[in-house]
Amino acid sequence: MSDLAIEAKDLTRTFGSFMAVDHITFDVKPGEVFGFLGANGAGKTTAIRILTGLLRPSSGSAKVAGFDVATQSESIKQVIGYMSQKFSLYDDLTVRENIELYGGIYEIPKDKLEERVERILDRLSLGHAGGESVRSIPLGWKQKLALSVALLHEPKVVFLDEPTGGVDPIVRRQFWELIYEAAHGGTTVLVTTHYMDEAEYCDRISIMVSGKIAAYGSPTELKRDAGVKSVDELFVRLARAS
Amino acid sequence: MNTAVHVDHVTKRYGEVVAVDGVSLDVANGEIFGFIGPDGAGKTTLFRMLVTLLVPDAGTATVLGDDVVRDMWKLRRRVGYMPGRFSLYPDLSVAENLDFFASVFGTTVKKEYDRIAPIYTQIEPFNDRRAGALSGGMKQKLALCCALVHKPDILFLDEPTTGVDAVSRREFWDLLGRLKGEALTIVVSTPYMDEADRCDRVALMQGGKVLAIDTPSALTASFDRPLVAVTTAKRYEALKVLREIVPAESAYPFGESLHVVGASGGSVEQLASDLSSRLSAKGIDDAKVEPANPTIEDLFIARMSAAT
Repeated sequence: MSDLAIEAKDLTRTFGSFMAVDHITFDVKPGEVFGFLGANGAGKTTAIRILTGLLRPSSGSAKVAGFDVATQSESIKQVIGYMSQKFSLYDDLTVRENIELYGGIYEIPKDKLEERVERILDRLSLGHAGGESVRSIPLGWKQKLALSVALLHEPKVVFLDEPTGGVDPIVRRQFWELIYEAAHGGTTVLVTTHYMDEAEYCDRISIMVSGKIAAYGSPTELKRDAGVKSVDELFVRLARAS
Repeated sequence: MNTAVHVDHVTKRYGEVVAVDGVSLDVANGEIFGFIGPDGAGKTTLFRMLVTLLVPDAGTATVLGDDVVRDMWKLRRRVGYMPGRFSLYPDLSVAENLDFFASVFGTTVKKEYDRIAPIYTQIEPFNDRRAGALSGGMKQKLALCCALVHKPDILFLDEPTTGVDAVSRREFWDLLGRLKGEALTIVVSTPYMDEADRCDRVALMQGGKVLAIDTPSALTASFDRPLVAVTTAKRYEALKVLREIVPAESAYPFGESLHVVGASGGSVEQLASDLSSRLSAKGIDDAKVEPANPTIEDLFIARMSAAT
């Protein structure tokens, strides 16, 4: 078994004659924070759907936490977490009920779940709001709660799809602290974002252009090699060259 | 008259929530003026009042000299508005959408072609495509054309770049820069702090209030506390150590490094050397601590912390 958290080799997905993901090869190490960047339509979403076991690759291979995406997608779903800005929590349920619901889905034993619920409420200073409906809590809390829920079953890899859209700069940083905390605890984090400055929060990044990986490395290395000041500059240069 | 927008103690409530809380400001003619703030800051509510779609609970506002309540019908012909949510007809084609918006204002695309040409020429090849089938960047350009087709004197663009990738965002701002020259005032809102630099002046908004208004460079220059960047491979451990030394809101992740804000009046050199020795005493021996230039985000964080 490979000790990489994510390992993709020539991973490809076509829709008819359209190559959404075109022979991408990359890996992510355990405990790494990996930024998965690309313009709209570059193939990020398709790649993430493959890596989370929701879509089969047309050719090539990928392993997530040691499981093959083509043949062991059910095992993958057990060991990953997922959070997106669009869908995360149930508005009509209370904060506590949302956490318990996910605990039930992942079959976390009752005593363990109780302990984790308390830990999350405490960590987010949400103890007072456990009984409030999620609809009534501010966006920033929702996003942090959604991340905590995605981490509830202690997944090996967590996928975060534009998790910080619309939140204020203080919450955005608290959110990144939670990401660092998870990574420090050994969880691998793959994150997509439209905030190019956020790419610089990652240990390593890849930039997808037209289905291919056009840049891959640490933000410092990539900026130095390209002779640019920011990831934003590099991103625009690569996307325009296509 | 030199003032395009005059807002005087405007307040708007939704039940218990004060969405816009006693906001006062002026926008000059021909400016690109940015409202920068997160979701829930009150940007959309303020825009909707300025384009006559909502009536303020208190205070007054004029746009191009017209009162937003009393002169509503007159003002509507002079204002172009692009709402935050895509609000064109997805089942109509690009050309049909544009024809529709032109006809509502009693004009034609042909007559206004010169005005919209800088943007329209980029989407004209897709004239027959359904608006719903366009990419995010294209939708945005079509919406901008529709807001411009009746030759308004002022444009209100509510979060035109939200959810759009970095390349399309940059192109969009380039377009606004080109439109600006033609005696057109542009008022735009965005949650992306890095877009402040594309505006002549910006208002930082949070919780219904304006935290600060000025040119982007004057705003960053107004940051009056020492600021350093800490770079280390042990980012998370370093943050934990820093939290023991300075108040939580004064140490935060910032790109590849961590930013630490010192007490006002202190020197940046002193702060840097203090932190260096404290970090290495705690086993963070690779930390590089250097003076940093404050950005709009640093200022936003500082003003937010001061306001709460």
